[in-house]
Amino acid sequence: MSDPVAEEAQPVRARGLVKRYSEVVAVDHVDLNVRRGDVYGFLGPNGAGKTTTLRMALGLIVPSDGAVELFGRDPMRAGARALRGVAGFVEAPRFYPYLSARKNLELLAALDGGDARAAIGEALETVELTPRAGHRVGGYSHGMRQRLGIAAALLRRPQLLILDEPATGLDPAGMRDMRELILRLAAEGITVLLSSHQLPEVQELCNRVAIVNRGRVVYEGAMSDLRRQGGAGYRMRTTDDDRAIAIAREQDGIERVARDEQGIGFQADEHHVGALTIALGAGGVGILSLAPELASLEDLFFRLTGEAPTADGGLDGAAPPSDGTLVEAR
Amino acid sequence: MSSVGAAAPAAIAPARAARRPPVRTVYRWELRKLASQKRTYLGYGLAVLLPVIFVVSQLIRGHPPRNADSIFAGQIFESGLATPVLMLTFLAPFFLPLIASLVAGDIVAAEDNNGTLKTILTRSVDRGQVFAAKALAAATYGASAVFLSAAVATGAGIAAWGFHSVRTFSDSVVSASEALLLVFAANAFFLIPLLTLVSIGVLLSTATRNSAAAIVGTLGITLVLAIVAQIPGLEGLHPYLLTQQYFAWQGLLRTPTDWSPILHSLWVCALYAGPALIAGYLVFLRRDVAGG
Ligand SMILES: Nc1ncnc2c1ncn2[C@@H]1O[C@H](COP(=O)(O)OP(=O)(O)OP(=O)(O)O)[C@@H](O)[C@H]1O
Ligand SMILES: [Mg+2]
Repeated sequence: MSDPVAEEAQPVRARGLVKRYSEVVAVDHVDLNVRRGDVYGFLGPNGAGKTTTLRMALGLIVPSDGAVELFGRDPMRAGARALRGVAGFVEAPRFYPYLSARKNLELLAALDGGDARAAIGEALETVELTPRAGHRVGGYSHGMRQRLGIAAALLRRPQLLILDEPATGLDPAGMRDMRELILRLAAEGITVLLSSHQLPEVQELCNRVAIVNRGRVVYEGAMSDLRRQGGAGYRMRTTDDDRAIAIAREQDGIERVARDEQGIGFQADEHHVGALTIALGAGGVGILSLAPELASLEDLFFRLTGEAPTADGGLDGAAPPSDGTLVEAR
Repeated sequence: MSSVGAAAPAAIAPARAARRPPVRTVYRWELRKLASQKRTYLGYGLAVLLPVIFVVSQLIRGHPPRNADSIFAGQIFESGLATPVLMLTFLAPFFLPLIASLVAGDIVAAEDNNGTLKTILTRSVDRGQVFAAKALAAATYGASAVFLSAAVATGAGIAAWGFHSVRTFSDSVVSASEALLLVFAANAFFLIPLLTLVSIGVLLSTATRNSAAAIVGTLGITLVLAIVAQIPGLEGLHPYLLTQQYFAWQGLLRTPTDWSPILHSLWVCALYAGPALIAGYLVFLRRDVAGG
């Protein structure tokens, strides 16, 4: 038809989005700006309103106020046309348990129209479900369904992929596969909007981020700015900590230098860290270890809002576990 | 995970102006879904079993009921074509509505509950198309159950008692082939009230989001109206009760054909079905899909 996805329009643009459920304000005046090429993280604790916001974006529920546009089209007004070039799922992807994976995809491809059907084999291949494609989805594990959800989205050859906690419930290997897949799709030019309650996941995948708490956006901007603002820090051990601290305090852009049991902590941009290491070397101080230290979601919230991130679910998964893998905490 | 690269050009290119698929496509998949579910065959089983049980039990008894209250009951042993007429009289007030409700009450609510509604509503079809396809599929199921039951009753009746002429309600004789045509037409006209009930079932399925409630509710309407018809003093309501329309087809089995109950049932049923369908459509169009 005559209006292909407008080249200039923003993939997602929400303005004053509100969703009320009797007393609960699930989403409270949310503004979002997802730009072309972004891998955009939508970060918040359980009950923050992530799923509800994404549901409104996909036209599944009616906003109480405000509006959201996908490539300039409002799903409330344009219906299915607003989803052209858009694919994704909210909560766990759901399929017909009594049909095979392939039949499910054939059904969805039929509802997509065009040549979506031709993409089924490739989509199954991408998520490594080809050997099980003939089996009924009723017998699929959680991880397989999650992958089938991605395959179903890929049939639409989307320019914008909306994923609601895609790694939730996956084992560490499954999470890694999912992250790799998302990065690869992003590298192909697909804009991704993904929700998560895992800060490390968002840090690894996303260039831009919105942090929501109790239905409100408390931060929206570049991931790198967040590191600065949220004070993503570094931790270092040296051959002479006293001298190292003295040098660090002299350096430009090195802040909040402090000492604790594990060594020296400070906050800085990457390029300032480079300068610091050179200065330490020149000052005769050897560096035994130097590692970036992620602020926990909890810390970030505290710094951004001065309050703990509790809506209804507490702090699930907020702190990164020490071995660096993501652990499903629900 | 190797072949994503092949999708890259298409992924980056502006979305091709994919044509929105027609309702026909959605409808065809609704039928396929029905065909893949066991519960679909529960209704069909009932539609086949009841006429078979009837014919077998009559064969075992070996003689027609003595004080038959219907002219067709008295002549089942004389012509196999009396059986489908008698069966329609038996099945019209409860069993065929039950079979139709099983699917109509389930068709939206089931998808709401297992979360697949959100799956199909995030593709390229509009909600109105999905609703239309579902209503049509539920109607198709109800109609197919009616004709399946009629075909079995006719086949079993003819096999047991032969292809002979029958006497109609007005005590005039129609030839066997004419009777066959009338049996077909009677079942076709029975679809008017039955599909009206289907519309109500689809509305309840959409509004309640609960299969059991919608099925029981749809059947409940039939039962409540049947009870209302028994209440003394409410005779004035009879012509406007949906349940009374379940027998309008009997006008066909008179000579000359009595069209008045059929025409009457047409507009009475329209008064039920129209608002039900419009309400169901509007609810479906604006509802929050938050299940699953
Ligand atoms: N259909 C509904 N009816 C009533 N309240 C709802 C409904 N859907 C969501 N809520 C409420 O809205 C708030 C936000 O829920 P939402 O599911 O959007 O959170 P979330 O950020 O996705 O959380 P999670 O990380 O647990 O998935 C919660 O307090 C929730 O209880
Ligand atoms: Mg959620």
